[in-house]
Amino acid sequence: MREPRKEDLIEGATGPWEIVLGLEVHAQVASKAKLFSGASTEFGAEPNTQVSFVDAAMPGMLPVINWYCVEQAVRTGLGLKAQINLRSVFDRKNYFYPDLPQGYQISQFKYPVVGEGVIVIDLPGQRSVSVGIERLHLEQDAGKSLHDQDPSNSFVDLNRSGVALMEIVSRPDMRSAEEAQAYVRKLRTILRYLGTCDGNMDEGSLRADVNVSVRRIGAELGTRCEIKNVNSIRFIGQAIEYEARRQIDVLEDGGVITQETRLFDPRAGETRSMRSKEEAHDYRYFPDPDLLPLVLTQNQVDAIAASLPELPDEKKARFISAYGLSPYDATVLVAERAPADFYEAVAKGRDPKLAANWVTGDFFAALAREGFTIETSPVSAEALGQLIDLIVDGTISGRIAKQVFEKMFKDGRDPAKIVEEEGLRQVTDLSAIEASIDAVIAANPDKAAQAKDKPNLAGWFVGQVMKTTSGKANPQVVNEILLRKLGISSAG
Amino acid sequence: MTDLTRLTLAAARDGLAKKDFTSGELTGAYVSAIEAASTLNTYITVTADKAREMARASDERIAKGDAGALEGIPLGIKDLFCTKDVLTTAASHILDGFVPPYESSVTQNLWNDGAVMLGKLNNDEFAMGSSNETSFYGPVINPWRRKGSDSKLVPGGSSGGSSSAVAARLCLGATATDTGGSIRQPASFTGTVGIKPTYGRCSRWGVVAFASSLDQAGPITRDVRDAAILLRSMAGYDEKDSTSVDRAVPDYEASLGQSVKGLRVGIPKEYRVEGMPSEIEALWARGIDWLKAAGAEIVEVSLPHTKYALPSYYIIAPAEASSNLARYDGVRYGLRVAGKDITDLYERTRAEGFGAEVRRRVLIGTYVLSAGYYDAYYVKAQQVRALIARDFTQAFEKVDVLLTPTAPSAAFGIGEKTADPLSMYLNDVFTVPVNLAGLPGISIPAGLSGEGLPLGLQLIGRAFDEETLFRAAHAIEQAADFTAEPEAWWRA
Amino acid sequence: MSVDQNTVRRIARLARIAVTQEELAPLAGELSGILAWVEQLNGLDTTGVEPMTSAVAMSLKSREDVITSGNLQAEVTRNAPLSEDGFFVVPKVVE
Ligand SMILES: [Mg+2]
Ligand SMILES: [Zn+2]
Repeated sequence: MREPRKEDLIEGATGPWEIVLGLEVHAQVASKAKLFSGASTEFGAEPNTQVSFVDAAMPGMLPVINWYCVEQAVRTGLGLKAQINLRSVFDRKNYFYPDLPQGYQISQFKYPVVGEGVIVIDLPGQRSVSVGIERLHLEQDAGKSLHDQDPSNSFVDLNRSGVALMEIVSRPDMRSAEEAQAYVRKLRTILRYLGTCDGNMDEGSLRADVNVSVRRIGAELGTRCEIKNVNSIRFIGQAIEYEARRQIDVLEDGGVITQETRLFDPRAGETRSMRSKEEAHDYRYFPDPDLLPLVLTQNQVDAIAASLPELPDEKKARFISAYGLSPYDATVLVAERAPADFYEAVAKGRDPKLAANWVTGDFFAALAREGFTIETSPVSAEALGQLIDLIVDGTISGRIAKQVFEKMFKDGRDPAKIVEEEGLRQVTDLSAIEASIDAVIAANPDKAAQAKDKPNLAGWFVGQVMKTTSGKANPQVVNEILLRKLGISSAG
Repeated sequence: MTDLTRLTLAAARDGLAKKDFTSGELTGAYVSAIEAASTLNTYITVTADKAREMARASDERIAKGDAGALEGIPLGIKDLFCTKDVLTTAASHILDGFVPPYESSVTQNLWNDGAVMLGKLNNDEFAMGSSNETSFYGPVINPWRRKGSDSKLVPGGSSGGSSSAVAARLCLGATATDTGGSIRQPASFTGTVGIKPTYGRCSRWGVVAFASSLDQAGPITRDVRDAAILLRSMAGYDEKDSTSVDRAVPDYEASLGQSVKGLRVGIPKEYRVEGMPSEIEALWARGIDWLKAAGAEIVEVSLPHTKYALPSYYIIAPAEASSNLARYDGVRYGLRVAGKDITDLYERTRAEGFGAEVRRRVLIGTYVLSAGYYDAYYVKAQQVRALIARDFTQAFEKVDVLLTPTAPSAAFGIGEKTADPLSMYLNDVFTVPVNLAGLPGISIPAGLSGEGLPLGLQLIGRAFDEETLFRAAHAIEQAADFTAEPEAWWRA
Repeated sequence: MSVDQNTVRRIARLARIAVTQEELAPLAGELSGILAWVEQLNGLDTTGVEPMTSAVAMSLKSREDVITSGNLQAEVTRNAPLSEDGFFVVPKVVE
């Protein structure tokens, strides 16, 4: 068991409390067609236009599984370093709801396709935590009910009905909102690396049910409440903070927590009870007799395993060991597949640290500032690499390089071209540099005289020289000559 | 012209091919016969116009020389099969006004072969019953009556409309479905032939589901040859049904007339149930003698778990039904009874929409699946089912087919058994084990009871060995020479 | 297992079937009778027997990830007791 961290504890009126969190994430499989029908999964269509007779649960309609969805579940399982179950079973979860046309959801209850796995989450301060994955199973999404169109009616759209979801259930291994948020971010990163879910929380492709309980340090697990369908990482944090505080208040007032499903209201910033207690659910799970057990061969699993991309944890380890990057830079670069690939293209055959500085520094800043992504960036990895080459071979200084980069970002021109056209080539002609230095010294005799005792003044002189040369003088050369002329020992 | 309704399906097929008469004439004769037989209540919907139109199209194809295997043959369709743009009710109030926008695979196969639809046949509501008394559209009457009596008898169930219509010559053949005996028992009660093929032989797509792991479509016809012809058209692989089996459909008709010499016929000793009427015993003995005389070898076999078949069936079938019928909720089709909220709407709609027997089975099914009871009932029943299937597998190591009575009695009176559900359930004692094991079974009329009512013998075969069933059934048919017919008392 | 009236009420609620007060007693009787009858299975030892999962030996069929259906709004909603603008309409559901 994990030792609780002081900074994670919540101080109540009667002492500190520990939060215990487990997440059930519903990740929509990135498939074209639904799990058991041939209707489209495209987001945002007109109501009930992406509904087959199967999805509308017309009499006599039967499910046939989309094999691509099975492969994506296995792929995700492998990405979570999880046990793949060669035999799994689809069960019916029976309950009545207007957006559940069959009166049951086809899910996997007793025998899920993926068993235990693990996700390592990265936290500030080089801290990492392993969160256990209990299982991943495939199931159908429900339709959507609109409640605020009419005072007395709800409107039901079944476009989502039957879309394939992977429900990924974690162990109650998280101890703070920060950890829960990091978990969802990391899971999303893995899903996106694998390409099995687009991770788009705005469109509902990724939703989290958050199980929250609190306890005294070292005590048994408390009664949990499940906050359903939280659809942003920020809301996950807010919902946890609110719910933990609510539970502590109840307990400290001598009350008890009743296990229930709650809803997070982002406007009010609070959680609310969703279904009354007397509606105790009894889902009457049993194997769906319209489907046979889902049987995979080891060969099929091996083939999927062979097609897996390098995942963020491995990539990060490689970036640290092969490129000598700091864990921080490596973490930033591997958060998505595209920047990691971009970085590697820039670093290829170049100084990896210099490449990392440029990618995580000026490049990321410009993307963020101008609202671009890696995919839409006006500066290609090749062009950024060329810019770095110009610095390394002495054609331009690092300072000029920053100017060149901004120009590249603005109009997409080649760095070499910018340097040529705008005459930004570094001045390496010693006599020209010497002349500039002499002129600056001559103009500032007092400062030159003081420099022997105050070597720090050398920096001021370098600045002046760079100014008169519009930054094109090689700063190293300027420095060396200045030190000599001012009579400062270069060891100083 | 002679009465065209007296022809068998095979004879009508040959007559149409020889252009002795047209499908228009044949269909016209049936439409008239149906109109004159409303007393029997066999049809829920008569599609006379559609029938004439289809017949006209058939006659054109015959004239052009591209006739299908069932070209111009007028058939009745059990109202459990969804028919595009034609009211489909499952004989339930809850499907009021439901007009499917799709055609079941089995009926589509028939139309593809050129068959003509006369209308939709009555049945027990959602196929739940053994006497066709649970239909919302009223009971179907058996054309047969006891010697010297005009009291009304049941035609068996659930395919009572099918059996009664075939016996009364209100169609050349009919589709039917069998979950626990619903093809074979009504065939036995009406002097017709009914075959339930192997589970997976006919597609279930578009057939209103009762119990998915047991439901199977098949034909009811005048004789064995007609059954062979009709089954060949109905059967076939369907990629829309996950439990459909991808196997070529043999030419069943070719099996007829082949010798049964050396065929090993098993007589399961456990089918000699207590209280079985002596005339059923005698009928069975006669069947054994006929096959022996034709050169078959008679072997006594044991199916030790037979007595557990009915109780396990009455757990499994209601359990699956309780879930399959959850989609009838008043939201997307059929009856809606207004309520003060959505739950009230569900409860009123389903209370009013389902008849007493359906409600009873849904409640039983809900109970046995509910928390705490699932293992004791459902899992136990599926274990027993495995043992029953194993009994058959072991028996078929020693024999090629099994011979048993179809039902423990002849047709009984309307209302005679409705007060006690259990006594009604016992009707299926000989047929239910066959569904549990997924095997093919056929009922052949083999004689008359002391009261002059038809009695059937059942042959049970190995999975997908319908050909042996047809061969043996034909031998029994020849030996039994069953030519009795009901008097046409119903004709208006 | 004998079923009492409260159990009937609970089961009927789960099954979303309205049951009147007068129906409770007879239903409890009928269900008890059927359950008592099916419980003869308890006389059979099934220890170690795998529950049956499929009526005949076959493997699961699957489909490719191809869109084969859609744009059926009119067909999908044409049987609905109440629909509007392509939506199914039900009494307001409060969460
Ligand atoms: Mg969940
Ligand atoms: Zn789920």
